Amino acid sequence: MSQFSDYAWMILDGTWVTVKITVVASVVAVIVALLTGVARTSKFFWIRLGPTLFVELFRGTSCYVQLFWAFFALPFIGISLTPFVASVLVLGANVGSYGSEVVRGAIAGVPRGQTEASVALNFTKLQRFRHVVFPQALVAMLPPAGNLFIDLLKLTPLTSLITMSDLTYNAMAVRQQTGSTFIALATILVGYFLMSSAIAWAIGRIERRASRGLETGPRAA
Amino acid sequence: MSDRQLAVEFRGVSKLYGALAVLKELSLSVPQGEKIALIGPSGSGKTTVLRILMTLETIQAGTVWVKGEPLWHMPKGDGLAPASEPHLHAMRRHIGMVFQHFNLFPHMTVQENVARPPQIVLGVTRGEAEQRAQDLLRLVGLAQKGASYPAQLSGGQKQRVAIARALAMQPAIMLFDEPTSALDPELVEEVLAVLRDIAIEGKTTMLLVTHEMSFAREISDRILFLDGGAIVEEGPPDQIFSDPKEERTRLFLKKIIAAGHRID
Amino acid sequence: MIWDWDFALRIIPDILRGLGTTVIATFFGSLLALAVGLVIALANRSDVTAVRRSSRGFAEFIRRTPLLVQLYFIYFVLPQAGIVLPPLLCGVIALGLHTGAYLSEVYRAGIDGVPRGQWEAARALNYQQGQTWLKIILPQAIPPMIPAIGNYIILMFKDSALLSIIAVPELMSMSRNIGNDSYRYLEPLTIAAILYLLLSGIAVLLLRIIESRSGMARLTG
Ligand SMILES: Nc1ncnc2c1ncn2[C@@H]1O[C@H](COP(=O)(O)OP(=O)(O)OP(=O)(O)O)[C@@H](O)[C@H]1O
Ligand SMILES: [Mg+2]
Repeated sequence: MSQFSDYAWMILDGTWVTVKITVVASVVAVIVALLTGVARTSKFFWIRLGPTLFVELFRGTSCYVQLFWAFFALPFIGISLTPFVASVLVLGANVGSYGSEVVRGAIAGVPRGQTEASVALNFTKLQRFRHVVFPQALVAMLPPAGNLFIDLLKLTPLTSLITMSDLTYNAMAVRQQTGSTFIALATILVGYFLMSSAIAWAIGRIERRASRGLETGPRAA
Repeated sequence: MSDRQLAVEFRGVSKLYGALAVLKELSLSVPQGEKIALIGPSGSGKTTVLRILMTLETIQAGTVWVKGEPLWHMPKGDGLAPASEPHLHAMRRHIGMVFQHFNLFPHMTVQENVARPPQIVLGVTRGEAEQRAQDLLRLVGLAQKGASYPAQLSGGQKQRVAIARALAMQPAIMLFDEPTSALDPELVEEVLAVLRDIAIEGKTTMLLVTHEMSFAREISDRILFLDGGAIVEEGPPDQIFSDPKEERTRLFLKKIIAAGHRID
Repeated sequence: MIWDWDFALRIIPDILRGLGTTVIATFFGSLLALAVGLVIALANRSDVTAVRRSSRGFAEFIRRTPLLVQLYFIYFVLPQAGIVLPPLLCGVIALGLHTGAYLSEVYRAGIDGVPRGQWEAARALNYQQGQTWLKIILPQAIPPMIPAIGNYIILMFKDSALLSIIAVPELMSMSRNIGNDSYRYLEPLTIAAILYLLLSGIAVLLLRIIESRSGMARLTG
């Protein structure tokens, strides 16, 4: 029975690594999404240019290609990242680039009358953004953001390919040692499903709290 | 200069959208404390006048003066230079606006809509802002609605909150752009009653765009009739409504009456 | 000089051969995804509760688990059940299933987007079920779906890089092999990334053109 507990331990250990990567990469993704998303609502071309190129670059290739590039090609130009750092930076930048569009769209979607009302109340640009535009945009961002966090979780198995001992990596090791391919893979499929569902549930709760007052036609106010 | 300082003055202001001239060298002056009603056909430029004053639209020619200072310009040497954002910020302090479609902040309660802006912009303490908000909500007859969100209010209630929100900033000049035209007919009077109170109180300079002719006649000191981006006729309400000098004014009033509106 | 042009030019033909396999995988993956999505979408509308529940559950499960693990599952578990498929076919199945689960939602939105009155009109004209679908519903439901379907196919094109993990000789696989053989990763991985970027960029532009065309057709027609 001790062997079984060894394997269970490996799975748990891998799960913990997966959670760590997901959480840290999510933070990176949120920062990337907010910075580039907000910058891309600027009316100045030169402010939009950099973030737009960044976002298009990361959306134009798959996370897997980016991860390999960061881990294997980047050292040739003198930048060596640890697997963990490469993982969270690439996953964060990749998902953050999709999030950028969510942020940009949500900000652009706040009705013009809201900005005009805050101009009429003499808010500064920063105050308009902070107290009026952003809180309303945030509500619109949450549902798509929830899906992006799930997408991010689903990208974490790629990090096993650059030697992170995450859930997938450890499960494949268990598979090798035990030969029970079906059990190993079915276990982690269910594991990922449960983690995705937990994210979906959590976002759903936050969404309901954040949309207080907005449920009956925010546009009509 | 007259003995009363001017609250608002337009000198030869032109506003263009591309090639379309919406205001054509328009001039007007409003002494402090005066209540002005702007009337005129759709597209004549009434909203544009208010939006320029609220710094929501730029101008292409002329100057706008608020309390003796240029709004869209700053003194520079002998002449004027385009206004900077800090200058606009300083000037907006004098002006408040109530919109046709309310534009309340949907993510804030009624109380927050009225109490937060003075805290954010004027640095009023929280306690003081909350107290003033309650007073203002009582003034507009919504003392009980502080905890509601805008989405839970009727149109008339929303507009009354919007008026309270604008008053909370204590502007010397208040702009109203058709404040009742988005409301169901039975809700119009409750908003007009609030406007009447503000007008009677007297100190505030008011510029009101409205299609409610009898109300304009009742509360305003002077009527401006706009057509095609220029002031066609102006005068005391009784003269404009009973004895208009200009053919275009007469025609406009006739249409209004034909549409079933009262002007007396 | 970090970047070796001679080497880069020498490896381009090999990498381009990989691109051919990538295109083949994407093409058949798309066909499968379109079919899988349709089957799921129809099953989701079934009158039989059990069918509805299981198809919804299945699609949700696929959407909430990682493509890489699904790929492993198909590649490693199926042979144990006596089903031995060539790697390319395994990859096509994984891509098709995964994308199909998402396309089912696109179909649903498209079908729901057809006004109720259209179904009633079809009944009034005494159309049969099949005729109603073919002549009334689908012609109206499909054009608005095209942008979303196109986006998922572009995603699939980029994700197909994962097939290199099960030794399908596609674009990413070719460049990784070159890297492994030569110990130079910068050139092959960069060339691969540029090819993905270029082709998905062109596809996005084409999609926008189609979108605006079909939008105009709808407005005038
Ligand atoms: N953003 C804009 N772009 C182009 N034209 C505009 C814009 N805003 C207003 N206009 C035009 O400017 C003219 C004056 O508009 P304005 O809104 O000031 O009229 P108004 O007198 O308030 O009319 P109404 O009674 O219908 O509210 C109209 O012809 C309008 O079409
Ligand atoms: Mg108007």
